Amino acid sequence: MNVSKELVLSLYRAMAEIREFELKAREIFRSGRMPGFIHLYVGEEAIAAGVIACLQKEDYVTSSHRGHGHALAKGIPAREVMAELMGAVGGCCGGRGGSMHLYEPAVGFLGTNGVVPPGIPIAAGAALSAKLRKTGQVAVSFFGDGAVNNGAFHEALNMAAVWELPVIFVCENNLYATETPFKAATKNTSVASRAAAYQMPGIEVDGNDVLAIYEKTGQAVQRARRGEGPTLMECLTYRWFGHHEGDPGTSYRSREEVEMWKQRDPVRRLREQALASGWAEPGDFERIDEEVRSLIEDAAQFALASPQPKAATALDQVFCD
Amino acid sequence: MAKTQSSVRQGLDETSSERVGTYVEAGIEAIRDEMRRDPDIFYMGQGIGPRGGNFAQTRGLWNEFGDERLRDTPIAELAQVGLGIGAALAGSRPIVDIVFFDFILEASALLIQQASTIHYISNGKFRVPLVIRAAMGGVRNTGPHHSHTFYSFFMHIPGLRVAVPATPHDVKGLLKTALRSDDPALFIEHKALYNAKGPLPAQEYTVPFGQAAIRRPGKDVTLIAVSLMVSKALEAAEILEREGISVEVIDPRTVAPLDKETILQSVSKTGRLAILDEAYAACGFSAEVAALVSEEALDELDAPIRRICALPAPHAFSPSLNDYLIPSVDRVVREVRSTLRG
Repeated sequence: MNVSKELVLSLYRAMAEIREFELKAREIFRSGRMPGFIHLYVGEEAIAAGVIACLQKEDYVTSSHRGHGHALAKGIPAREVMAELMGAVGGCCGGRGGSMHLYEPAVGFLGTNGVVPPGIPIAAGAALSAKLRKTGQVAVSFFGDGAVNNGAFHEALNMAAVWELPVIFVCENNLYATETPFKAATKNTSVASRAAAYQMPGIEVDGNDVLAIYEKTGQAVQRARRGEGPTLMECLTYRWFGHHEGDPGTSYRSREEVEMWKQRDPVRRLREQALASGWAEPGDFERIDEEVRSLIEDAAQFALASPQPKAATALDQVFCD
Repeated sequence: MAKTQSSVRQGLDETSSERVGTYVEAGIEAIRDEMRRDPDIFYMGQGIGPRGGNFAQTRGLWNEFGDERLRDTPIAELAQVGLGIGAALAGSRPIVDIVFFDFILEASALLIQQASTIHYISNGKFRVPLVIRAAMGGVRNTGPHHSHTFYSFFMHIPGLRVAVPATPHDVKGLLKTALRSDDPALFIEHKALYNAKGPLPAQEYTVPFGQAAIRRPGKDVTLIAVSLMVSKALEAAEILEREGISVEVIDPRTVAPLDKETILQSVSKTGRLAILDEAYAACGFSAEVAALVSEEALDELDAPIRRICALPAPHAFSPSLNDYLIPSVDRVVREVRSTLRG
């Protein structure tokens, strides 16, 4: 695969932005100023960055409860995501959705979701629409290991395969569904192998290797745009923190296991690989780090200053007509 | 008997249209018109393609529109509705045919948690122009898994429109409205009505949501009836007329939105209310209407409200049990008459 400096730096920037955003959200949450709950993506950044780098603005994405990374990578401005987490008017949904219900049609973002499995058939449906309208758009569904034993997964993958829909199903297997280990709840622990049941390609990839993800996704997207149908990708990864902020994530996971996966930090890994291979210089990364820090600081200020929506608007928009 | 039948038919005449058609033909006409008019509309469901639908409810459509727009699906209602939602978000206008309304339960989570909420929680950025079509109710002892009428479950949820047409005229007019609306809508027909004949205008028209029809004007008691029960209400009204009791029969046509005004106006005229529903009484449509009228027109009532509903048991298969459980014309007559006692 041809690795250009431009590609490396844009993937790095996407991951760094997610990392910095999540840490800032965590800080605000812990200060007691953020309503609701957040589910942080720290450790999994390579998947959102690597997959979405292969998509155009008008391609579709559905996500799960752990979706800030997908929202940012797809192009919802950091300020609007952070304000949405605050339930404020400056949020992408005017405060009505919050972390688990982020929507933005301008960048094809069909929602993070408080329920995980629905995003899978919804993405397939967007792909169906694209196919009917002959636009060449593709759809991507992000979900975790917790979704793959649900009926919606089975039904949607089968229908996508039967109708040869341009959709890519991306399983972010971080080994735990809330606190349930994947292997305790699953007979066949190879998610990628399930693709064979639907006669679609099943790809397993290191979820902390952004370049590998970018390469494999690129192939899947090309297949989809050529009308060759769906792909199932399983990205093996790990979340550094608990299921949600408030869950330390260590009552059901050993500290050794957590430390081992932190060593595979996808952000640091790309930087080290890039420097070692001569794709970029230290100054490039320092510059991006500084820009990202500034961007996220601005997003936080904006979000904290953004007002709550007026109660008088609570009954608006239940219907269009 | 013949007189009863003709006045029942008269009660269902909405217009002076000379053209007559069946309830099932009305739905096909509406869909065909709208699919010709709007290339974004497509149709998914089991057996709705070459087969023309379990109730012949899509007969002829596949011949005209083909596999692209008339898509047979596997038995996977959750995915049918899920794909429908996704397609709607991306700009298409899908119809998902669940066939037997009972099976909507497989997809309820998608409908209630996703379809009904997205426009609101996205702050108006996304629309879900999805139409769910299904046939409810019992016919020929369809039994416990194929007879349900729980449309009130969806009437309960903000963000969903629920249409329950009783006549061919209304099937065509309401389905067109549903297909042109950008809100998710449940279009619930009744399987026992598919062969019912009625006026069916050929020209272009729509029936708005939230507008009830007074099927029979009266002055002594208001009788609200839904779907198949409208014809039972009219039969009962005919019988009661001979006893000197004048019954006003109202067909809500849509339950969400519900035409409260027509109901309240009628109750202030008659002072008495009975609600006839094939569904159960508990937390159903009849409970909602009773609550509304109690809240907003208590002073107008001269008698307690009567709910004439399916008795609280599963839909027994045996005809003798089924006939007892589902409101009969006799039961309607007795219950309505009782509103005038005391």
